[in-house]
Amino acid sequence: MFEGLAGRLQEAFARLRQKGKLSEADVDDALREVRRALLAADVHFTVVRDFVQRVRERAVGQEVMKSLTPAQQVVKIVHDELTALMGGQQAGLNLSGRKPAVLLLVGLQGAGKTTTAAKLANWLRKQGRRPLLAAADVYRPAAVRQLQVLGEQLGVPVFSMGDRSDPVDIAKAAVEHAAGAGCDVVLVDTAGRLHVDEELMAELERIKEAVQPSEILLVVDAMTGQVAVEVAEAFHRRLHLTGAIFTKLDGDTKGGAALSIRAVTGCPVKFAGVGEKTDALEPFHPDRMASRILGMGDVLTLIEKAQEAVDAEKAKQLERHLREGEFTLEDFLEQLRQVRKLGPLDQLLGMIPGMGRWKGVQNLQVDERQLSRVEAIILSMTPEERRNPDIIDGSRRRRIAAGSGTRVEEVGRLLKQFREMKKMVKQFSGMAKKFGRRKGFRPF
Amino acid sequence: MGLFEQFRSGLARTREAFFGKMASLVTGRGKLDDALFDELEELLIMADVGVDAATAWVDALRREARARKIQEASALRPLLREMLLDALGREPVPLNLAPRGLSVVLVVGVNGSGKTTTIGRLAYRLKREGRAVLLAAGDTFRAAAADQLEVWARRAGVDLVRQQEGSDPAAVVFDAIRAGKSRGADVVLCDTAGRLHNKANLMAELEKIRRIAAREVEGAPQEVLLVIDASTGQNALNQAKVFTESAGVTGVVLTKLDGTAKGGMALAIRKELGIPVKFAGLGEGLDDLHPFDSEAFVDALLGAPSEGGSS
Repeated sequence: MFEGLAGRLQEAFARLRQKGKLSEADVDDALREVRRALLAADVHFTVVRDFVQRVRERAVGQEVMKSLTPAQQVVKIVHDELTALMGGQQAGLNLSGRKPAVLLLVGLQGAGKTTTAAKLANWLRKQGRRPLLAAADVYRPAAVRQLQVLGEQLGVPVFSMGDRSDPVDIAKAAVEHAAGAGCDVVLVDTAGRLHVDEELMAELERIKEAVQPSEILLVVDAMTGQVAVEVAEAFHRRLHLTGAIFTKLDGDTKGGAALSIRAVTGCPVKFAGVGEKTDALEPFHPDRMASRILGMGDVLTLIEKAQEAVDAEKAKQLERHLREGEFTLEDFLEQLRQVRKLGPLDQLLGMIPGMGRWKGVQNLQVDERQLSRVEAIILSMTPEERRNPDIIDGSRRRRIAAGSGTRVEEVGRLLKQFREMKKMVKQFSGMAKKFGRRKGFRPF
Repeated sequence: MGLFEQFRSGLARTREAFFGKMASLVTGRGKLDDALFDELEELLIMADVGVDAATAWVDALRREARARKIQEASALRPLLREMLLDALGREPVPLNLAPRGLSVVLVVGVNGSGKTTTIGRLAYRLKREGRAVLLAAGDTFRAAAADQLEVWARRAGVDLVRQQEGSDPAAVVFDAIRAGKSRGADVVLCDTAGRLHNKANLMAELEKIRRIAAREVEGAPQEVLLVIDASTGQNALNQAKVFTESAGVTGVVLTKLDGTAKGGMALAIRKELGIPVKFAGLGEGLDDLHPFDSEAFVDALLGAPSEGGSS
């Protein structure tokens, strides 16, 4: 049921018996899949080549841990290396030094700088800061206006000088203005530009020189392909980036560009944009991104999100059940209810491994009315039936359908989908368990 | 000639950065060997054609080379050119507008792909061809999107129908079509909000816009153009698939080809979904939207001699 690498590796190794050591042939088989998965996730070609080389060196001859199959062992090594490459820890913003601190947002056209500037201002304000937005994109029509509207919505002040002034002057004036206005962070929104545009790249250098930012953040579209490396290199060479922000990560892209950027610039990805609303910005978790690139979904984020909205007792229960693969219809019902509290369902769905492919459940969950029907069906079951759906025969189905005001086929469909989901959860939990005590699973 | 030159110069950086390497690779070496094919695969992957497609092409190239008993590395280039052209389609695919009466063109895509800019340029282009164009500011979600389109409308010298932010985009399109009919417009170009294709509710909104257009004008929308940023990786194929399912995409506009991005996903989209690229965005100006010319595109990619010009 896994999509992506984990599943393909399982397949590749299905023929092999459990062995004591990883042979070169095992590793090569596996690495072909690793290479393909990373390339399919848009990780840059040269980054993949180096990466595969490193994993190979580490993996060949290694003893297979008792609890793991060779496939899992390779996945574990890949995951470890990937996490290491992404930078293990979540990286915070550097706002130290002079006041006000200046953050410069740069990137290609359409990456999402203006939206990100607003989201970041919102995030900073929640951290107790007093941000000022500076509208230094004088090229794109109505970019200044866009920032003003966003600032207004958020109640964050926006500094602008129209679209006829020099962006360098705007940035400088904004910083001067901030002190007087009682603001301690200035977010400078710059125009999108091509990394090969000599004139506009030089303009960024002048802005940097003028305002001495403590952070220069490259805003990157998560869907970017191979060119991400060239772009990041070019901006880094000119400006010495301090980090990146990954946008549109709520799409269904794997986001391998994050890995490439980290690999070629050494800069951490610090935030991720995950939705259209101004609060849809999250600190970036490298280890979770590693899982996403590998196609293991983002169960960790899901659990943490659940933790935010759900009381701890229930979250603990879910975590235990996920881990032990004892997912029951009661959990499913509980999840449905909690999940509906969590907001956009399609977003959450993306975090569940295998869900992307799974049309039945996808449709079922995205349609809110359908959710109510599912809830009604489960509620019409006895507790025994919820814990052990295998006992639900034809006559029970008819009773449940009648009780919930649905049709027998709907009950059947739900049971079928639940069985598949359970299988998937079990598979995942089996692997997660064997991976050992991953940090993300603990903080409950 | 002029256009071809522009096309080539826009792609020059791409070519130098990448396909120049391929051209020299394909012309420069003597014998065919595995390393050569591996390098070709690498180059295709780096052009964002997709890892599976790249592998498939190189395998096919290998088979074809064997079948034709090709010995010299230099003979691979014409062969590859043929394959890329086969995948991309040779004939230019023009905009499909109604011979008489009003045509409706929807412009859709993910956030930041360049829809609004594309509409401004397309409006300018159609107007120069003598058509009466009306714009519909259907992006009612993003802050100041209508303001942005209004600037483009002014530059192109066409009218714009808009409502306030947050209003129903289908209603804007409805208004614009009604206005287009009463003013005797030839084309209504509809902007839409950027949306990620995995958001079912937003995709349903597109379906609604499409239905409204179909109800108001027979045969509408005549075109649904999916705008794709040339720097997009393999997600572009997903985009094309899902947008086609809900909005019935009829053509692709490949934007921002003036950077070093290769836009290789256009090949996959054409090959897998049969959707042609109709326009390419190559620069910053009002007239930097060009009909997509596969031959010029592939020749430029492969670094062909410059006398192979077209239109």
